[in-house]
Amino acid sequence: MSEHIVSKKVYYAIFAALLIGTALTIGAAFINLHNFNIVVALLIAAVKATLVIYFFMHVKYASRLTKLCVALGFIWLFIIVSITMTDYLTRGWFTYVP
Amino acid sequence: MKSAISQQRFNRDGEPQTYLNNGHGLRSWFLTKDHKRIAMLYLVSVAFFFAVGGIYALLIRINLLAPNGLFESDTYNRIFTTHGIIMVFFFLVPAVPAVLGNFLLPIMIGAKDLAFPKINLLSWYLYIFGAAFTVIAVIAGGVDTGWTFYTPYSSTYSNSNVLLAGVGIFIVGFSSILTGLNFIVTVHTMRAPGLTWFRLPLFVWANYATSLVIMLSTPVLAITVSLLAIERVAHVGIFDPAIGGDPVLFQHMFWFYSHPAVYIMVLPAMGVISELIANMSKKNVFGYKLVAMSSLAIGVFGFLVWGHHLFVSTQSVYLGIIFSFLSFAVAIPSAIKVFNWTATLFKGSISYDAPMLYGLGFIGLFLIGGMTGLFVAAVGLDVHLTDTYFVIAHFHYVMVGGSLMGFLGGMHLWWPKMTGRMYPEAWARAAMVIQFVGFNLTFFPQFILGYLGMPRRYATYPPEFQVLHIFSTAGATILAIGMAITICYLIWSLKKGQRATPNPWGAAGLEWMTTSPPPTENFYETPVVTWEAYDFTVVRPEDVTGMAAE
Ligand SMILES: [Cu+2]
Repeated sequence: MSEHIVSKKVYYAIFAALLIGTALTIGAAFINLHNFNIVVALLIAAVKATLVIYFFMHVKYASRLTKLCVALGFIWLFIIVSITMTDYLTRGWFTYVP
Repeated sequence: MKSAISQQRFNRDGEPQTYLNNGHGLRSWFLTKDHKRIAMLYLVSVAFFFAVGGIYALLIRINLLAPNGLFESDTYNRIFTTHGIIMVFFFLVPAVPAVLGNFLLPIMIGAKDLAFPKINLLSWYLYIFGAAFTVIAVIAGGVDTGWTFYTPYSSTYSNSNVLLAGVGIFIVGFSSILTGLNFIVTVHTMRAPGLTWFRLPLFVWANYATSLVIMLSTPVLAITVSLLAIERVAHVGIFDPAIGGDPVLFQHMFWFYSHPAVYIMVLPAMGVISELIANMSKKNVFGYKLVAMSSLAIGVFGFLVWGHHLFVSTQSVYLGIIFSFLSFAVAIPSAIKVFNWTATLFKGSISYDAPMLYGLGFIGLFLIGGMTGLFVAAVGLDVHLTDTYFVIAHFHYVMVGGSLMGFLGGMHLWWPKMTGRMYPEAWARAAMVIQFVGFNLTFFPQFILGYLGMPRRYATYPPEFQVLHIFSTAGATILAIGMAITICYLIWSLKKGQRATPNPWGAAGLEWMTTSPPPTENFYETPVVTWEAYDFTVVRPEDVTGMAAE
């Protein structure tokens, strides 16, 4: 395993970006966007998570196999959430008359 | 690479060096790190549980001889539960990977052992430890929930040893997780020079795909069992509606593991069949890459179909239709395999030795098992067939007709490699035919019974079903006789069987390029692979005949 050395500058830059993201999240919470508040908050959180995974967790410098595993984790989560929501949102569509 | 026969080394007593005579006594077995010896430990334990599970199967069939049942209903509940738990968790799941996979995977990729030999031994001890809990649960009175442990039988209304059996299954799950982990790392890191991914034998591909499924699904079983325990011990509402839980959640979680577990049981057997068909018809498997990829596809799709077990359990009908469609989709990679095996036979030089008979038996029986799977995956039809004997017949065609046939076929193909002795061919063929007849007589009537409305897990039934039940019991008896014959001649052959040459079948694959049985380190020189999978031109005649070339 060859360790990739990341310069401190990158870490500070990402840290700053994460702090800005946090500030944005707080700021956005004070603006009433109705249903879209949650969307905005989740979008910012997703960007922050990507930065953490990509730089702090070194996925950017990892092998393609590792990247594939990371991607699969998210695809998995997407499938599970979408299947659960499919059940939850459509239970009322048909009523079963025994 | 030199022929195996010319590489044979001898120990001080002049015996050929093998993994079997490298160390004697219990210590050399119970503390071994040799994957081949661990495979043998697994073989003995798995065979024991198969026999126990088989006895419980016969008890089920005996009870159903008479419409009013011969046992108390409660006793009957415990009998079929024990049969299911033992056969699924202690035989079908570990049988092919832990015995044949353990023995062959490192040899097939030209490695000296698995990546983590000590973890491999640990996995066997976990299996035994988990099995001990389950055996205690059975002795203490058994479990009456069915092998599926559905709530509220296993929670609110539980009156049997659910927790004890649950602990056993929790532990044995980690045994298979460790095996899966070991296989994945081994295939990634320990392939012989020149052995690229698309030169791997299909048995390795199948076990690799299985290992991925094991790693991703088995933890969910562990979580489900843990939640069951947490609810009972700490009264946290998870499955019990009275304290805020949902009993159907259990079914979702259970089948999220247990449907992929079906592929844990059948995928490695499919790998065996690929080897059998190729080696017994002396041809490369038709569409090698597609067959390899179909294993992965089955593994992936297997995770997206669990809802087909919940068509009548308050799941949304719309989601039911989606699950139905996804379940149909699994038929595609399965069909690719069946068609490609059949195409492999075309113009092959086919041998009808026992391994091939099992291979052909698998194709026929798995076809019926798979096709009836489509029946029960169809939402409308399944409302009628849910929890009937149709389902029982369907999954026994997949599990017995598929996994067991694959396991036995593989045991026969590699028996000379594992033990250094040939099994008696005539007996083996006869036993296979007896098992085939017995199996069909047992389970075909159950399709009819189920279609007519006979529910599963009932100790009694209306008198008009008796004829079909008697057929089924007669078949189970014949099947048991066939199994007993196989067990007897295999044990007999250990001492009296003809000595095996390195490659008695003229088969292709690295395991046939070392001695029978192999030495502890598998190969005296690391093989360098310069040929594709199933290339029969590299088979050396002297390894087949056992006579050193002049
Ligand atoms: Cu299923």
